[in-house]
Amino acid sequence: MIYRAPPADALLAEPIDAFTAVYHRPSGQTHLLVEPAPEILDALGRDGLTLAKLRAALAERYDLTEADDLAERLEELVAAGLVSAA
Amino acid sequence: MKVRVGPASFRVGSAWSQPLAQLRALYADYPPGDSVPDFTVRLEPTRPWRRWVRPSVAIAGDYMLPEAAPLPLAHALLAAEMAMNLQVALGWRRHLLLHAAAVEKDGRALVMTGESGAGKSTLAAMLMRRGWRLLGDEFALVDLHNGSLHPFPRPISLKNDSIAALAGEGRWGPELVGTPKGTIRHLVPDALALAGMNRQAMPAMLLFPRYGFAPATRAVPASEAFVRLTAASTNYANLGEPGFRALTRLVREVPTVAVDYPDGASALAMVDEIWG
Repeated sequence: MIYRAPPADALLAEPIDAFTAVYHRPSGQTHLLVEPAPEILDALGRDGLTLAKLRAALAERYDLTEADDLAERLEELVAAGLVSAA
Repeated sequence: MKVRVGPASFRVGSAWSQPLAQLRALYADYPPGDSVPDFTVRLEPTRPWRRWVRPSVAIAGDYMLPEAAPLPLAHALLAAEMAMNLQVALGWRRHLLLHAAAVEKDGRALVMTGESGAGKSTLAAMLMRRGWRLLGDEFALVDLHNGSLHPFPRPISLKNDSIAALAGEGRWGPELVGTPKGTIRHLVPDALALAGMNRQAMPAMLLFPRYGFAPATRAVPASEAFVRLTAASTNYANLGEPGFRALTRLVREVPTVAVDYPDGASALAMVDEIWG
């Protein structure tokens, strides 16, 4: 399964204290994201990654703990329409 | 009847003369509306014969809520005011619309938003009496380009105990007894508010007041303010990207304070202290 973020011009992101407000242009919906969601979108990019490769990519940049359930976070982003899975 | 309030122009028609006479009196000091109004409202009988027999008023306009209950003719003024608010809430696209009261002093605006009963209108009227310029008691119109507030000084809708608390000076509408929200009376904004209805002000503070609680203040994080204001906006979802930009800008640039207060005097003292 490859997970992909929307094209960069589909999202408008504005940091608001600990959150990132994201406006999804295709749907017109606003999402309020907390880490690691913005980092996941950034790492996935338009080309997309598998869950294992995403975990590896994030581990290079951030201290991932066992508690960071990436699969669950990814599914939330898929459900929100911010990540596509194919 | 045609009337202009800030950037919006209304035409109100009625099957009866009494509500129009009341509206003309209420809006006597407002500028006349444009020949092509932004919104048209009509007060009509619910059935043709209801014009004479136990008259019952339904509202018609560009924007309608199908479940809106008809009101008795004695409350036709309230029906007209509600209908005008409804047109703006559902139809306005030129600004980000927040369900909020706003007042201005020294070029800086205080925006107060909260649930019905939070005391927005009462606080706005009290601050107006103390020399603040009233921008509006129902809607704050946020400019989509520069974030300023456009005044929208409709008559202030005061309910129950607030009417007596503010009794005295000013132009008042008739007392409407036994409405779904109790007794309602409209207070016309003062000369300062009406003279300045085309002069914008930059928001300097957001307030989330709550009436009926022990005095307390709390700094509200911008993210919480953002979520609450998306819910307090009637047109945020319709505006799309410009609304998103205007709202994120507002919550990042303007500090937000939640204020619990037990009575009007406490609220005024708390506003004085917070405002500095």
